[in-house]
Amino acid sequence: MKEFLFVFRRAIDSNEPPQSPEQIQAMMKPWQDWIGSIAAQNKLSSSGNRLTNEGRVIKPGKVITDGPYVDIKEAVGGYIIVKANTLDEAAALADGCPILHVGGTVEVRMIVPMEDNN
Amino acid sequence: MEPQQLIPHLFRTEYRKIIAVLCKMFGLEHIAIAEDIVSETFLLAAETWGLKGLPKNPTAWLYTVSKNKALDHLRRDTLFQTKIAPELNQSDEGHPDTDIDLSNKNIVDSQLQMLFAICHPSISTEAQIGLALNILCGFGAEEIADAFLTGKETIYKRLTRAKEKLRTEKIKIELPPPGDIESRLETVLSTLYLLFSEGYYSASQNTVLRKDLCIEAMRLMVMLTDHPLTCTPSGYALLSLMCFHASRFEARTNQDGEIILYEDQDASLWDKELIAQGVDFLNRSSGGRQVTKYHLEAAIAYWHTHKEDTAEKWENILQLYNRLLQIEYSPIAALNRTYALSKANGKQEAIVEAEKLGLDSNHFYHSLLANLYEDSNPVKALDHLRKAWTLARNTNDKVLLAKKISSATARQ
Repeated sequence: MKEFLFVFRRAIDSNEPPQSPEQIQAMMKPWQDWIGSIAAQNKLSSSGNRLTNEGRVIKPGKVITDGPYVDIKEAVGGYIIVKANTLDEAAALADGCPILHVGGTVEVRMIVPMEDNN
Repeated sequence: MEPQQLIPHLFRTEYRKIIAVLCKMFGLEHIAIAEDIVSETFLLAAETWGLKGLPKNPTAWLYTVSKNKALDHLRRDTLFQTKIAPELNQSDEGHPDTDIDLSNKNIVDSQLQMLFAICHPSISTEAQIGLALNILCGFGAEEIADAFLTGKETIYKRLTRAKEKLRTEKIKIELPPPGDIESRLETVLSTLYLLFSEGYYSASQNTVLRKDLCIEAMRLMVMLTDHPLTCTPSGYALLSLMCFHASRFEARTNQDGEIILYEDQDASLWDKELIAQGVDFLNRSSGGRQVTKYHLEAAIAYWHTHKEDTAEKWENILQLYNRLLQIEYSPIAALNRTYALSKANGKQEAIVEAEKLGLDSNHFYHSLLANLYEDSNPVKALDHLRKAWTLARNTNDKVLLAKKISSATARQ
């Protein structure tokens, strides 16, 4: 089995109103069900992390900008790591990811195995 | 109580206490000496109590006799003079006046230390369970064999090898240093959980024995959580889980020892007191920063103490399984999660998810699919029941599946 990184991206509108706890709860269920489904197939390597909207981008010459979405429209919202035999198999696991329902994307990348790092 | 009944009873309750104290004193390398002394004491009780009548305080009699036998042994044995006495910092002048402390506190301390010694990482899990049953619970090889559905000889060999290992690894009967307690406790908890499960899920028809295994695991858990050094949130969570499961003991088998499934159980038979204790331990388990698998499993078991099918119940169970699987995968958790998914999100979604599990060779997988297809495709459901029956190994499961097959066939 190889490991693959799933990176979740979506367009962020900084004028979005803050969500109520009920809305957050309702938003979490599809995510938990989807990650639970991957875990139930014994294909989850790490449940990863969610990222907040705030950020800084550091560029050469001490140029620091607010937020990762000054130049790019889509910001990384989180990541998980899954186990699969092939890139196609990993990509198939991304099917049903809740980010796809809100216009976001999942980028699937194979992680270079430890022993190949040397 | 007549001696014929009293002696087996005392053997069950007192053997393990005296053994723990004597082993602590002689060291694990001389386990056989401690076992001989306690066995001789009980033999003497059997011989004399019937003839002379019961002593006033039978337990105190057992303690005194085993104490004297131990002291006699120490006096006689040259081993004591050369090996044990120097270590005890005692003079080697003939008569040791070592006190053998059979106070309640020393008994509990010795048993706890023994628990950590047995659950040493260098001992195999299988051997740990056998040793725990033998030394800490006073079960003989025959009873252990009955619970594990193996031969007495196999168990006897396993115990002998494990005791040899305790000796060669020079494992000491003591609590690990404070910094190591938490990591060592992980092995202790997982062994006690296995001991409990062995009783709860064993295919053995001996329901009394199976219940005893569960009670023993719970007794050792209570001992752990009662001690300030070994009491942890995850320990409380495991104890809570055991209480919730044990609360269904009376309801989960019929008179013939056959399993009654959760949804068919008579909830009035569930033990309310154990459920209340489980809730209490679950509350106490919330002290730490970490949510362990025991916390999640206890919370799942808590929701199962509500018999009524509500959306809230199954949504909570589903989310708990989602989290549990992220901590640790197991086929049974994956199957239970899919069942909860069918209750929370509907059978169609659950069928799609079930087919991704890759558990075709597991009979529970086919039982689950039979349940999911029951209404929408009875032919497929029956097919899965038959596959489950073919794959099932244990008699209880086979009987249950055969019943389901015949009622499903009758409906078609």
